[in-house]
Amino acid sequence: MSRIVTQAAVRGAHDILGRAEALYRQCMEEHEGRQAIGFPETAYYLPMIYSLLGEEISQLNQLEPILEYLRKDLCPPVPPADRLWLPYLENALDAGITTLIAEEIYNCLRYLLGTEPHDSTWHGFISDTILRTLGIQLVDGRMPGFAAIVGAAPTTEIAVDVVRELQKRNILTFLIGNHEGRTCRDQLLEANVITEDPKAGWDIYIVPLGPDTESIIYALNWAIRGALTFGGHKKGDWKACLDYTRARIFAFGIGLGTIDDLKYGSGAGAINMGFPVICDTEIPEIRPTGVCTYEELVRELDHKKIVPTAIEVRGVKVKVTDIDVPVPVAAAFEGETVRKADMQCQMGGKYSPAFEYLRMREMDEVEDGKIEVIGPDVDTVPEGGALPFGMLAEVAGRKMQTDFEPILERHIHTFINHAMGIFHMGQRDMNWLRISKNAYNAGFRLRHFAEVLRGLMMEDFPALVDKMQITIYSDVEAMQPALQEARKVWKERDDRLAGMTDESVDLFYSCTLCQSYAPNHVCVISPQRLGLCGAYNWLDGKAAYEIDPNGPNQPVPKGLCLDPIKGQWKNVNDFVYNTSNRGVERFNAYSLMEDPMTSCGCFECIVTVLPDGQSVMIVNREYPGETPLGMPFSTLASSVGGGHQTPGFLGVGRLYITSPKFISAEGGLPRIAWMPKELKEAVMERLQARADELEMPDFPTKIADETITTDFEGLINHMMAVEHPALTMTPLLG
Amino acid sequence: MNPAEKRSIDPASQAMLTRAAKEKVPTAWDRLEAMRPQCGFGQLGLCCTFCEMGPCRVDPFGEGAVVGVCGADADTIAARQILRKVAVGGSAHSDHGRTTAMTLLQTAEGHGDYSIKDEKKLRQVARYFGIDPEGKETRALAKAVAQAALGQFGNQEGELIFLKRAPETRQKLWRELGIAPRGIDREVVTALHQTHMGVDADYVSLMKQSMRTALADGWGGSMIATDLQDILFGSPEPLRAKTNLAAIKADKVNIVVHGHEPVLSEMIAEASRDQELLAKAKEAGAEGIQISGLCCTANEILMRHGIPSAGSFLHQELAVMTGAVDVMTVDVQCWMPALKDLTEHFHTRLVTTSNRAKQLGTHHIEFHEEHALETAKEIINLAIESFKNRQPDRVEVPGVEVDMIAGFTAEYIYKMLGGRFRPSYRPLNNGIMEGRLRGVVGVVGCENPRVCQGYAHTELIRELIANDVLVVTSGCSATAAARVKLLQPETAFQMAGRGLQEICEAVGIPPVLHVGACVDNSRILIACSNMVLEGGLGNDISDLPVAGVAPEWMSEKAITIGWYAVASGISVWFGDPLPILGAPGLTQFTTHDVDKMVGAHWSFEADPIRCAHQVIAHLNAKREALKLRPMMYETQDAAAG
Repeated sequence: MSRIVTQAAVRGAHDILGRAEALYRQCMEEHEGRQAIGFPETAYYLPMIYSLLGEEISQLNQLEPILEYLRKDLCPPVPPADRLWLPYLENALDAGITTLIAEEIYNCLRYLLGTEPHDSTWHGFISDTILRTLGIQLVDGRMPGFAAIVGAAPTTEIAVDVVRELQKRNILTFLIGNHEGRTCRDQLLEANVITEDPKAGWDIYIVPLGPDTESIIYALNWAIRGALTFGGHKKGDWKACLDYTRARIFAFGIGLGTIDDLKYGSGAGAINMGFPVICDTEIPEIRPTGVCTYEELVRELDHKKIVPTAIEVRGVKVKVTDIDVPVPVAAAFEGETVRKADMQCQMGGKYSPAFEYLRMREMDEVEDGKIEVIGPDVDTVPEGGALPFGMLAEVAGRKMQTDFEPILERHIHTFINHAMGIFHMGQRDMNWLRISKNAYNAGFRLRHFAEVLRGLMMEDFPALVDKMQITIYSDVEAMQPALQEARKVWKERDDRLAGMTDESVDLFYSCTLCQSYAPNHVCVISPQRLGLCGAYNWLDGKAAYEIDPNGPNQPVPKGLCLDPIKGQWKNVNDFVYNTSNRGVERFNAYSLMEDPMTSCGCFECIVTVLPDGQSVMIVNREYPGETPLGMPFSTLASSVGGGHQTPGFLGVGRLYITSPKFISAEGGLPRIAWMPKELKEAVMERLQARADELEMPDFPTKIADETITTDFEGLINHMMAVEHPALTMTPLLG
Repeated sequence: MNPAEKRSIDPASQAMLTRAAKEKVPTAWDRLEAMRPQCGFGQLGLCCTFCEMGPCRVDPFGEGAVVGVCGADADTIAARQILRKVAVGGSAHSDHGRTTAMTLLQTAEGHGDYSIKDEKKLRQVARYFGIDPEGKETRALAKAVAQAALGQFGNQEGELIFLKRAPETRQKLWRELGIAPRGIDREVVTALHQTHMGVDADYVSLMKQSMRTALADGWGGSMIATDLQDILFGSPEPLRAKTNLAAIKADKVNIVVHGHEPVLSEMIAEASRDQELLAKAKEAGAEGIQISGLCCTANEILMRHGIPSAGSFLHQELAVMTGAVDVMTVDVQCWMPALKDLTEHFHTRLVTTSNRAKQLGTHHIEFHEEHALETAKEIINLAIESFKNRQPDRVEVPGVEVDMIAGFTAEYIYKMLGGRFRPSYRPLNNGIMEGRLRGVVGVVGCENPRVCQGYAHTELIRELIANDVLVVTSGCSATAAARVKLLQPETAFQMAGRGLQEICEAVGIPPVLHVGACVDNSRILIACSNMVLEGGLGNDISDLPVAGVAPEWMSEKAITIGWYAVASGISVWFGDPLPILGAPGLTQFTTHDVDKMVGAHWSFEADPIRCAHQVIAHLNAKREALKLRPMMYETQDAAAG
């Protein structure tokens, strides 16, 4: 009965609210009202309060009105009656929000008292940095969702099984709370699935947050920040924030063991966010849909079915790949490294000759599914030894084009890494692979690389790849013909890519992948200007369009050229106007100052004009320090994103810096006066090449970095000292 | 069978009817018997008294005159009467709305004893009127809203502002058909003009004006009444209340407030808590002062304060029959002049209070908003005096009283389905889309001694909820449903289909939701608009699997409500037919052709079970047109069976 759920949730809300109030009074006795409070490493204050109530809580006594609001306005005063009850769904939901906010206050105060995180083996609050890195995966679908396991499984084996089921599907798992003192974290530690370092859990998608139910707030105030960071919603816009979490963040709760009042209260809070709860005990269900997308509260007594049930109830879109290899395959294992001590065998790197090469063939030249290993297998190599490794992947498909070869080839790295216990780095003939002892003992051999690659390739690129055969060479002699061919083709590809200009094509490609959080933003990707995120170039756009003709990458015929210098075309303007929800009337592809391209927020770097009005600086996302403009990247970023045109500010991908079309309307490369050292080094090879083309071979040395100066005056002095070319160019402003 | 059992299914009514028979006091039922056989020409709509060349009546069988003296045929004669009835019914609601607007204006100007109880709704209604509430002080805003509302009555051109609260597709349709009402009073005057001798002889044209006039009620006068009453007296939210004659307390001073407008009864309720008056009542030997309501005045104060309802329309004489009513006040609409003679049979003082509703020889205490509290106290004083004249041996209050949950509004549904932070109609729409709910049906309207009191309402509702139809109810239908416990949440588990039961269980609601007085049927219009807006159930109200039924109707207001429902896209079933069956063209238009115009039509079916199944078939057809899933448990049961 939902009434019983509501009764429990209301009692749970009263319980935690009472404890939060008591702790608040205790803190007020021990501290000044002005005492600073907050969670570590977040710009969102107490994120749940910030999102839902719009309050920026940074000192202790600011909690007073919040607690008062919960007590007087929000928390239902009594649970619903047993007969002639009044409508109670609203009570359950309001009790849920009360619970979440009270939990947030309670845990924040425990941070103040130094009792949170529980101990070093529990993660506690999740920082904004983790939110950015992992949250993107959560909203763009690479990570299909997250599960909050509350309680503990009846046995260690069941705990491991449930978590493995989640891991297999790339679903991030948080471990929270306990059942009669026992935690799921204990169970997974016992089974060596996780270590005592909670931060290490991020790599394997299992993070223990805290041993009590209140810690659920860490998962939920992480999720709600997604609405602010990626959804671009404003503080206090509770409706938009909660709609966002329901629509975009595929989270759910799994309750293992007894569901007590506080768990019901917390669950009701999760349901407000659109996250359903699935329990392994005889709880009453709430099945009519509409608060969540599908059912709200469901029981599943069979532990084998609990994860599939949860996925169905939340509507999580998971691509389950059934690839016949002895280790699990999932994106969750992508970041995993294999340390030397754990390694059975390695290939490539500096240890043996190796390469990987993908080639398109005619349909009748490929026998789909054929896998051949030429040479000795891994079991002939002593533990810790090395083996030559050449992989020739041949694909055929009606829609396959040679242009797509490099895109598919680049995916070898990603796909191979999806296998648990396997490590891959590099590309072409600079690749490096390791097989862990665990994977080896599980039966992993050379042909399994091919199985993984083929399985994932066929799944991710079904429109392009109809057939695929793979040959693996571990015999150096045997690999030579393939390697020679590969080297010849790689050179051709480089020449072809390098030879492409904006003028040589009739079509550009749009990218509206990010309209989910910058609704008016459109990227226009041309051969000489890749997407500002750095992840999509023109060929990728083309391939993506082939793969999904209705997807976010659409061909944009250039049409009449309105301005060749600034890079403006009639059809492109029309397209941008319509797809930006009539927000952007025209744009110049090559200009920083006049109708520049908008940014979503994902840009790798920001280009901005400096106060001298002559030169520009470029700062990359990774650079945390000060810049000559007096603002770090994070501050600058706020004036660039959101899909608005901001003359003088531009979000760009790294590779665009060295493009001949880099702000060419304003004179291009010679405008660059400053960039962080790391960025400069990363693009140096191409930077030098471009400088040579411009017959300014010493130009790269004239670009200052933070080791030279981080203030504007210092920069001007440096520019004068090195006779920086920007000083004599036409002013950008006025 | 006890003759009283044929007259009412309510044991309290039966007890009082038995008493009346014993004491030879005539009631509406007896007067109806005396009236029979009722005029067949009138019932078929074929009698015209509009000019003094007549009265004319045309023969339905073609054996006598087929046209009136002026040449009007059956269709014209019947259609003119319908339009005139629509104008009267709409005027009743709209004049009520006007009173409310005047009260709000006086309150805003600082006169009288009322205050603004729901500031949030005031701000919301201001926005509907296109008034930006930002930064405006409450009284100034209330004044602007009251003036804007009053302006709607005299508006000559353009269209009523509240039409914008309908789905856009519907608004467009109204404009295309030329039936978007311009001003509330204007449509009534035009309607009356159109029915004058020698004006409109085209029944389609007459029916279009019927719709236009009715829309000026539903989306005009009624909606203004509902919204402004919410502002003045507070928006209802679910509460527990009781109904039936035991609301009248033998040991207390009883004031029964009857009629439709809550302005006075609100104040009487407030005055009944006055310490001085309470002391006076005690002095007179009473345990206290008991206010209870009848008819829709009852619904108004029950929805907002939980004040018990003594009963519905046909309870008015039966309440007096308890011998324990010290004062019965009546305001406007649906009180029977018969009360005068009846109250004289007991000690009960009948008091008329509206300058629009008087009776020769009946005590009149005229109510004016600016002296509201004073008037209320005067009435209570009169009741205390009257109490002293009570004859204890003649007091016989049936001990029947039933609990109910009431207080549902279109706005509250948002909160009901999502709490403070997820307010939404989504779960309702989803319930329909997934096949837990077949649809939503408004069961509304009066009581009529021609039907066994409460029988049709309750049989119909039981059949609907057993078939997974969520029922919303208002007016006397709501009170009838409450009397048989249909407004109790537990009822869902005994009577509702499995899908509806699951929704009721998840939300904690009864399967039948009380939305207020008959003027509050405007809440149903808004709820339907909200459902369309929420998405997934089509683009217009006429796409929704919804319907309206008035199984025991009798008043002209019911006809107006029926027409504004149809014109808004909600098909309507009436128990007794409209007086049109003698007019073949008009009947064809009303029951069929109008559907092509507005996507809804009229049906007439007196048998409540047959009616329920016609409604269910209609909902199924709407579901099919929307390509919704089959009903969730029907398929499962069919598969299992």
